[in-house]
Amino acid sequence: MRLQFEAKQRLGTFDLDVAFVSESGVTALFGRSGSGKTSVIRIIAGLARPTEGRIVFDGDVLLDTQRGIFVPKHKRRFATVFQEGRLFPHLSVLQNLNYGRWFTPKQDRADNLAKIVDLLGIGGLLDRRPGKLSGGEKQRVAVGRALLSSPRLLLMDEPLAALDDTRKAEILPYLEALRDEMNIPIIYVSHSVAEVARLADRVIALSEGKVAMAGAATDILNATSVSVAASKREAGAVVEGRVITYDAVHRLATIGFNSSRLYVSGTEIAEGRSVRVHILAKDVMLSTMRPEHLSALNIIEGTVEAISLDAAGSADIRIECDGAPILARITQLSCERLGLKLGLPVYAIIKTVALEPY
Amino acid sequence: MDWFALSNEEWTAVHLTLRIASVAMLASLIPGIFVGILLARGKFWGKSILNGLVHLPLILPPVVTGFILLILFGRRGPIGAFLAEYLGIVLSFRWTGAALACGVMGFPLMVRSIRLSVEAVDRRLEDAAATLGASPAWVFLTVTLPLILPGIIAGMILSFAKAMGEFGATITFVSNIPGETQTLSAAIYTFTQVPGGDAAAFRLTMISVVISMAALMASEFMAYLVGRRVEFE
Repeated sequence: MRLQFEAKQRLGTFDLDVAFVSESGVTALFGRSGSGKTSVIRIIAGLARPTEGRIVFDGDVLLDTQRGIFVPKHKRRFATVFQEGRLFPHLSVLQNLNYGRWFTPKQDRADNLAKIVDLLGIGGLLDRRPGKLSGGEKQRVAVGRALLSSPRLLLMDEPLAALDDTRKAEILPYLEALRDEMNIPIIYVSHSVAEVARLADRVIALSEGKVAMAGAATDILNATSVSVAASKREAGAVVEGRVITYDAVHRLATIGFNSSRLYVSGTEIAEGRSVRVHILAKDVMLSTMRPEHLSALNIIEGTVEAISLDAAGSADIRIECDGAPILARITQLSCERLGLKLGLPVYAIIKTVALEPY
Repeated sequence: MDWFALSNEEWTAVHLTLRIASVAMLASLIPGIFVGILLARGKFWGKSILNGLVHLPLILPPVVTGFILLILFGRRGPIGAFLAEYLGIVLSFRWTGAALACGVMGFPLMVRSIRLSVEAVDRRLEDAAATLGASPAWVFLTVTLPLILPGIIAGMILSFAKAMGEFGATITFVSNIPGETQTLSAAIYTFTQVPGGDAAAFRLTMISVVISMAALMASEFMAYLVGRRVEFE
């Protein structure tokens, strides 16, 4: 699968000018609110028409403003999962799930209702009305409804943004299962680094209507400049590595990335599995000497690679730890006291319980 | 003679009224849905003129509406002459004419009710249906129509109720001919003008009350059925 996208649009003072190519797997369109991600996904879905643009999906031209081609939304077979679910209130959950199937051409119709119902854990809801579902249940049904229309491409527009953290945690495993078990390319719009780190293979970072960066998920999320697209609270680094050992007594996994070791706790992970860890900049402490008698298990040696100060009095320090960058956010006062400067060797300290492996 | 027994003439008026009101309601249903949606969703030149025309019978004195119908649909009127010559349809002084008058009088009520329910439909649901592969016609039939059903039912009941009580426009357009155009209201009016007609007028009044109550309860029941199907969040 290959989606070529190019669009230009002017909405008031906002200029959208985005071009990218997306391949199979999960491609995340990532950026702050107002960066143009939702406009892009609406154009792909056929819900909006750009002033200038071209969309080609596997050789099938869906939009070409120069040649006057516009394939209407119901003929694209790009099912969309919206932020608010948008379940049909007059239909039961089962009828909602089956809705897209009625309109899928017979030869393209996959008979996988039981599998998808099972995958999303919605077997107990089938007779209910959408009005009686919780937010998380609604979103799972919406995902199931989109999948059952046998789409060529699944578009997800911030599907978790309207949910609280508990509900998000409840749905994310289902989305991971979906990514791993269904062979459908997904374009996932999100402003959350955590979601993108957990789900995406490739990331296209948008900022002010332009593509700021594009590439493999770990590369993009590692780059300090990802803070262009991420909210300040979520700035940090994403490191990817393999589980070397798992200590069942202390429920502690050791993850090796390059020559460094990172301990994470809580979840049981099989040895040898590849995992991603999102290290938030605000969870990282710095020390110029190797600290002792400290509860934090993760003490990683590195050198200061970049320092950026902001108007709010904080300093973002990028530390190079054997090929993997770690971002630390400390106060400018601490920065001065420690006498941090480029090339200085430092120790980054991360509390083990602050980390969550994906 | 039993006090409650209806004479043939009275029975005819009851029967005729029900027929006129039903025909008026059913005939205006499809145009009512069409105009309701057009006014709620359409963007076109002359929308306010259409809106004004539809609502005119609500504001004009009924007698004026009846007279306009007489001018247009009378045997010598431009539309009436055309219908009589090419289609053999004569409306003036016939029950069909009474149905036309009742339909025109009830039309603004029906359109208003449908228009409001169309405006209340969340258009994002229609977008969702389209991305799932439903063509515009299917989106209308499977999403829009079920969601505006309560408004359509309310509009039908209002139109029926208006037709039941219509007097001015009907009597002006098709007169008050027993057995052809004499509806309940016209019959009651006629009986009150005749010495000793009070008993008959009272009987018909009771029937009007019963029919109105039945229509009201039927609409409540249908609203309940629809409401049970559509549970909004």
